[in-house]
Amino acid sequence: MSKPVRYYQLCHLTVAHFKELIREPAVIFWGIVFPMLISLGLGMAFTQKGGIEHHVGVIAEKEASETGDLQIKDFLSRHAEKFSDAENRFQGYRLVIENPQMGNTTFIFTETDWSSAIVRLKRGRLNLIVEDTGGGIRYHFDPSNPDAELAYLKLSKVLEGGSSVQKPEVARKIEPLTVTGTRYIDFLVPGLIAMGAMMSCMWGISYGMIDKRSKKLLRRMVATPMRRSHFLIALMAVRIAMNIIEAVLLFVFAWLVFDISVKGSIPALAVIFLSGNIAFCGLAIFVSSRTANTEVGNGLINAVVLPMTVLSGIFFSYYNFPEAVVPIIRKLPLTLFTDGIRSIFTEGAGFAQTGFSSIILLAFGAFFFSIGLRVFRWH
Amino acid sequence: MDRVIEAREVYKFFKGVRAVDGVDLEIGKGEFAALLGPNGAGKTTLVEMIEGIQKPDSGDIRIMGMPWKGNQEAIRNIIGLSLQETRFMDKLNVWETLRLFASFFDLGGKRVRYILELVGLDGKHRARVENLSGGQRQRLALGIALLNSPKILLLDEPTTGLDPNARREIWSILLDLKNNTDTSLVLTTHYMEEAEKLCDHILIIDRGKVLREGGLEDLLAEDQKEKIIEFTLEDFSVSKQAIAAEAPFPVQWNRANGRGAVRLDHIESQLPVFLDFLRSRNLHMKNMECRRKTLDDLFTEMTGRRLHE
Repeated sequence: MSKPVRYYQLCHLTVAHFKELIREPAVIFWGIVFPMLISLGLGMAFTQKGGIEHHVGVIAEKEASETGDLQIKDFLSRHAEKFSDAENRFQGYRLVIENPQMGNTTFIFTETDWSSAIVRLKRGRLNLIVEDTGGGIRYHFDPSNPDAELAYLKLSKVLEGGSSVQKPEVARKIEPLTVTGTRYIDFLVPGLIAMGAMMSCMWGISYGMIDKRSKKLLRRMVATPMRRSHFLIALMAVRIAMNIIEAVLLFVFAWLVFDISVKGSIPALAVIFLSGNIAFCGLAIFVSSRTANTEVGNGLINAVVLPMTVLSGIFFSYYNFPEAVVPIIRKLPLTLFTDGIRSIFTEGAGFAQTGFSSIILLAFGAFFFSIGLRVFRWH
Repeated sequence: MDRVIEAREVYKFFKGVRAVDGVDLEIGKGEFAALLGPNGAGKTTLVEMIEGIQKPDSGDIRIMGMPWKGNQEAIRNIIGLSLQETRFMDKLNVWETLRLFASFFDLGGKRVRYILELVGLDGKHRARVENLSGGQRQRLALGIALLNSPKILLLDEPTTGLDPNARREIWSILLDLKNNTDTSLVLTTHYMEEAEKLCDHILIIDRGKVLREGGLEDLLAEDQKEKIIEFTLEDFSVSKQAIAAEAPFPVQWNRANGRGAVRLDHIESQLPVFLDFLRSRNLHMKNMECRRKTLDDLFTEMTGRRLHE
């Protein structure tokens, strides 16, 4: 067969795969809108600019008249602002400690009794319970909950500090790191880009292939003079092109909403992105090389994808895992991919820092692709 | 006659089951042959070995004199095939699907337009594959099989599951092909009408073996005169013993539905004898039908089962 003919079928295969992909409306949602929603949701949740609220349950079981002044009630009535909700079902105090550098801290105090305080604590609606015994204030909170501990530290300082309530002295010594590159969203978006590419390759290629095998379409196609390699190349090319579009759209979205930027080398970013895609395309071909059963395929894909999603530092740093497993985690392809993209985004890295990872990812993809092709079942 | 397909002593086993058990096959140029047999007879395995999709465990298969080994590309360019129940890409339309397959043979839009007309899908060329009816899908599959003007067409159950109208549409496309080209056809089917209507050469297959083969007339010729009387009795409960053992001719009797059949060589003289026998046993007929022998009867004679079971 002459060369132009081969390109002719490669061209048609590519167009066919591409149409198949974009005519599935769910692709647009899961590939493009969903990652944006995740970045928006998590970005909002962990990048608080408007300050922090602490919810405090107040238990003052004895009446003021019995023991004289109750410290807490006295404090609240003097410093805090009383409020109730629209239907007047709920009464409490609000105390705002202003701090232009760190963001305001707001305490919401609710008077309550023990049993309902515990229920509200379990539901996460209270961070801290303070009990006024008449002789002093007791703080109740879960010591392993960092939010609760923070609330305790701040509130105890306020309640004991008296006059320094409005002007925290420490403020002058603090230099807040809210510049681009150090926020949670800066950590998250590169991870989402890497994870999106992995998911798209693994589900798109593997699932599509297994589905075509179970429909006997692969069998029908290889009964023509079609080149098998062209079929696979077209499938991967379409998938990678789609992944580039998805990644760019996610980046533009994050740039518009969160002012994210790429500090390092764009060519290095392009290279590691392609390498990562090739790594997961190869892995996808390998995973889908034998089975014609979509449910078995489901399990296989999940077995590959889930551990890496959890371990590879997409949503939080893998240094939270035990020290012994961190070196292993760092060798996972998704970790190499994510760390590479993230270092270019936030640390200004270039080829010098990510080149090696790119090569490893490429080799990884080539390795699994060649094994997959060898054992591939077309029938 | 030029032989376009030759198979010698072909065997294929699956986990100890003989799917194809020593089959010989010869198909000539322009010949239309049917592999007729019930489900599980080994028709698909045999035809897929001819298509080069499965490899025989032993035996020799040649297409236009070429073995599959070493000639894959050449053979794929001259055969056209449709597999049992292939589903194409749901999201592509008819035109795009044909265009894609045409590109594998280095054919362009002109050939696709011709095929669309040939299989009667020109009005449907923009319809997505997922929205086609069963008959339209089969015509699309047939169109794909015909794209490269194949010298050999191999169709695996091209009309299974289709309603009579859709089936006749496929038949008329194939009959056109028979009259206007020298394409050879091998089709598998469990519909005897399909084999009778389309094919000059019929191979009756069961349990991996060719039981009998020949033209329709040859297969039924030796029993030309034999007629089959099918009857229904009012009284269901007559035991098999009472009818089969005592009747003057061999009777097949099904007590469950009250139906029986008897084969008569000389209908004029033998039918009155049989009716007298029933009357003498006080058995009353509800219904009676006289017909000539079919391939289904032939199959039942050889295997004791029916084609559709």
